Amino acid sequence: MVKPVNRIITGAHYGLRDWLMQRITAVMMAVYTGSLIVLVAVYRPEGYEGFKSLFSIQWVKIASLLCFAGLCWHAWVGVRNVLMDYVHPMFIRLTLQVMCIVALLGYLIWFLDILWD
Amino acid sequence: MLFSISRYDPDKDKKPYMQDYDVELAPTDKMLLDALIRIKAIDDSLSLRRSCREGVCGSDAMNINGRNNLACITPLAGLREPVEIRPLPGLPIIRDLIVDMSQFFKQYHSIKPYLINNDPPPETERLQSQEERARLDGLYECILCACCTTACPSFWWNPDKFVGPAGLLQAYRFLADSRDQATSERLDDLEDPYRLFRCHSIMNCVDACPKGLNPTAAIESIKIMMLNKTV
Repeated sequence: MVKPVNRIITGAHYGLRDWLMQRITAVMMAVYTGSLIVLVAVYRPEGYEGFKSLFSIQWVKIASLLCFAGLCWHAWVGVRNVLMDYVHPMFIRLTLQVMCIVALLGYLIWFLDILWD
Repeated sequence: MLFSISRYDPDKDKKPYMQDYDVELAPTDKMLLDALIRIKAIDDSLSLRRSCREGVCGSDAMNINGRNNLACITPLAGLREPVEIRPLPGLPIIRDLIVDMSQFFKQYHSIKPYLINNDPPPETERLQSQEERARLDGLYECILCACCTTACPSFWWNPDKFVGPAGLLQAYRFLADSRDQATSERLDDLEDPYRLFRCHSIMNCVDACPKGLNPTAAIESIKIMMLNKTV
């Protein structure tokens, strides 16, 4: 059966916004990963205590938090894309989306808890 | 040469099945379409579309050994046997290798595939510089065979919402046209979570296009145009 062509007006701008955010967060994560490699190469932290002191530097904490928040946003856009592609029944999709948001928020709080322990 | 061809008659069959043919080919049979015409001479119940037999009309697009291509420009030499031939995936089958392309053309029409220019027509023609004309290269050559769109999983899952690579290539063909005045409206029309942004750049379309075109690049160009307009 031929379905009529649909344009989804609701949230029309989140197509471009999410596409852009996925790229911006990808750049953020790439810069953070590169910086972290340099930082580890320079400081040469040894064992748990070494890494703990490295991640107790205030700007490392903030950079890590920004990167992790970017990772969560990146993952959210990606997971929602997969759900939009494959899961069409609205209730199931909505349930999975809520589960994804709850999980990502949980990880973010857990991450904050670890960094600012 | 051995062929295994998908057969389906909606009046008789519940679902498509594969039928084997072992055909003696003539030395003049060079392309897959030559072989299919020979098979049709043996079994005239086999249905397929074909017209120009030289890769221009796009009628004989089909899935050949797992890849979408035009039968008339697919050389028989080098094809793995048995050559498995199926209709284009993702579209309803009308019969055997013939699919219903209505959904494909509905999406194509939705991007308004014609020049929109409200200025009074000049006496001769709307002139372009050589550079402006060159921007249309790699876009206008599309023959709408649907090889790309039916190779795209995003179109399989959301054929009513995602325009598909062929339609988006044509959307960019008019966005890139210096004579077109509807750039803003065209970009607005594509701005929703589905029509353009279901493309995840997996490039099946580039792999499938029998004319060597690059719909993924056109889609990226549309996204950049949209970004420039918004920011």
